[in-house]
Amino acid sequence: MAAARQWIARHGRRLVVALPLLWLLVFFLLPLVEVAQTSFTVARRGIPPFAPLWGFGEDGFFTNFNLENYGLLLDYWQDYIGPAGNSLRLAFFSTLICLLFAYPMAWWIARSNPRRRAILLVLVMLPFWTSSLLRIYALIGLLNPNGFINSMLMFLGVIDTPIRMMQTDFSIYMGMLLTYLPLMILPLYAVMIRLEDDLLDAAADLGASRAGVFLTVVLPLTLPGIIAGSLLVFIPAVGEFVIPALLGGPEQIMVGKVLWTEFFRNRDWPVASAIAMLLLAILALPIIYARYQDGRETALDRVEGQANGPGNTS
Amino acid sequence: MSPFIRIRNVTRRFGDVVAVDDLSLDIDRGELFCLLGASGCGKTTLLRMLAGFERVDSGSIEIDGIDMAAVPPAARPVNIMFQNYALFPHMSVADNIAYGLRRAGLPKPEIVARLEELLRLVRLTGMGARQPHQLSGGQRQRVALARALARRPKLLLLDEPLAALDKKLREDTQFELVDIQERLETTFIVVTHDQEEAMTLASRIGVMDAGKLVQVDTPRTLYDRPRNRFIADFLGTVSFLEGVVTSVNGGFVSIDGAVSVTAADPGGFAVGDAVRMAIRPEKIALGRAPSGGVNEIPVTVEDLAFTGVATNYRVIGPDGVRLKLTHPNRRGDVVPLEWEQTGFVSFDPADVVLLRD
Repeated sequence: MAAARQWIARHGRRLVVALPLLWLLVFFLLPLVEVAQTSFTVARRGIPPFAPLWGFGEDGFFTNFNLENYGLLLDYWQDYIGPAGNSLRLAFFSTLICLLFAYPMAWWIARSNPRRRAILLVLVMLPFWTSSLLRIYALIGLLNPNGFINSMLMFLGVIDTPIRMMQTDFSIYMGMLLTYLPLMILPLYAVMIRLEDDLLDAAADLGASRAGVFLTVVLPLTLPGIIAGSLLVFIPAVGEFVIPALLGGPEQIMVGKVLWTEFFRNRDWPVASAIAMLLLAILALPIIYARYQDGRETALDRVEGQANGPGNTS
Repeated sequence: MSPFIRIRNVTRRFGDVVAVDDLSLDIDRGELFCLLGASGCGKTTLLRMLAGFERVDSGSIEIDGIDMAAVPPAARPVNIMFQNYALFPHMSVADNIAYGLRRAGLPKPEIVARLEELLRLVRLTGMGARQPHQLSGGQRQRVALARALARRPKLLLLDEPLAALDKKLREDTQFELVDIQERLETTFIVVTHDQEEAMTLASRIGVMDAGKLVQVDTPRTLYDRPRNRFIADFLGTVSFLEGVVTSVNGGFVSIDGAVSVTAADPGGFAVGDAVRMAIRPEKIALGRAPSGGVNEIPVTVEDLAFTGVATNYRVIGPDGVRLKLTHPNRRGDVVPLEWEQTGFVSFDPADVVLLRD
């Protein structure tokens, strides 16, 4: 008992780190390796519906390694890379629209008094507590040719025939905005709440116009929030296919839809895995690069700070 | 000639709270004026009104003969040095200092020249490329000063300029600040809650309480001739005695209370007036035996503390009268009294300040 307590005292901190690390290893890294392996093997009938990448059979070591799945993606690029382009475009503009709506909203929340701020934050997060599918159907109810908006406008005599809002880019982006807006607002709010009023006053005091204060002080200091929010929206938006499927027309196929089709309809797991790996590469590489740059700058700052920061005070 | 800054009957309310209450004040060109008061007394609000960040509910502010009511902060000949310096964390020292110059659209060579001049003024030459977070507190303070001075304001407002520095550094910086102010001949208004800071920096101090100016005077006058109990108590240490005037003649006032005291007559007191007497601790002498002078009171030592420069005593006289006094630690001096010992204190009639409240 005493020995156990001593062991915990000595290794407890490591244990706290090791457990989540182990969890990530088993449930995050291993599946990822599995997907990567699958993307290099061949499909077959059976369970699982693909041949093992490597193994030991009667003739000793064998491997099914091949690049044909990736070759297929290139050969039929209209069917695979095309949807990926659609998805990237959708994600890009969704992120942009979310940013345009979220920025002033987050600003307003951060500048409100504490009581109103708490209420507004709850309102921002409220949609998270209802099913996203439910919210999409509610939106359909609003945008339909015989939905609420068209009925109202026709009742008021503004229009004679319903405006076509469903199955357009408008309806898709409305759905994306509805779903992803909180993910953009919250990181922006987090940086804006830390922005000192004195900094804005100082800029104004030194002769900056309102636009000048925004461009030289507010924008650079909220940039980390813009980046964080944009990543939070962009990444899941690339894989999004429910919203385009429900709200959009049949002409725009998203890569998430293709992935789903390959997995569940064609049961071609290797090709599906190859698509997944391609998506991962498109999304992860720029982020890893950005983090690497960021980390290098911080490390450099720390070295310089130690060299000539505190100590020589006068 | 009209004063450089003319504040006339200025009032500012926040809801039910009157932050600045019908306040009038004149400040001359080139003065280093200190607004002194506890937090919440309205001094920062007054400062922000001068800078243009706070609306003036009623009254007027004139700077250099021009009414400021319609002038936005950026257009005022005023700059402000913020309490926590408000340096732009994403800009280098040089970019911080040159910020105001760039906004003014000065040509580049001129900005570079002025920047060098400012860096030299605050002794930060060669530090232009540093980031604010790489600087010490004292260096940050000097960057803030240089940035605020960059546009050559006619009036510089400093909000608690030394509050974020540690004590040793604060003393050096005080003199440096006065030095820079005298060299540039810019009018400075310093807001502070630290009376020692106000005393060292300012040529004149305005003590504020509850949105009003209680007394405006030189540091010496404020200390030696406080107008009322609040001022006497706020600036430095003081002992209070109470009594009633028994006679007024020959330039002296005699007062009877727990002890009998003779005070120099400031004028305006009559027999029968209730008065409060304020005496500074360093004006009270302590001895083992009576010296036979005026205002001599037998006392018992209640408490003493050696501070290095001096020994601070708390003594009890007749009727439980408590006095605080400071005995300087001169060469060859022995501590005259220890705990629980008895002795005599005395003070000059000229050092007794008579107050009505």
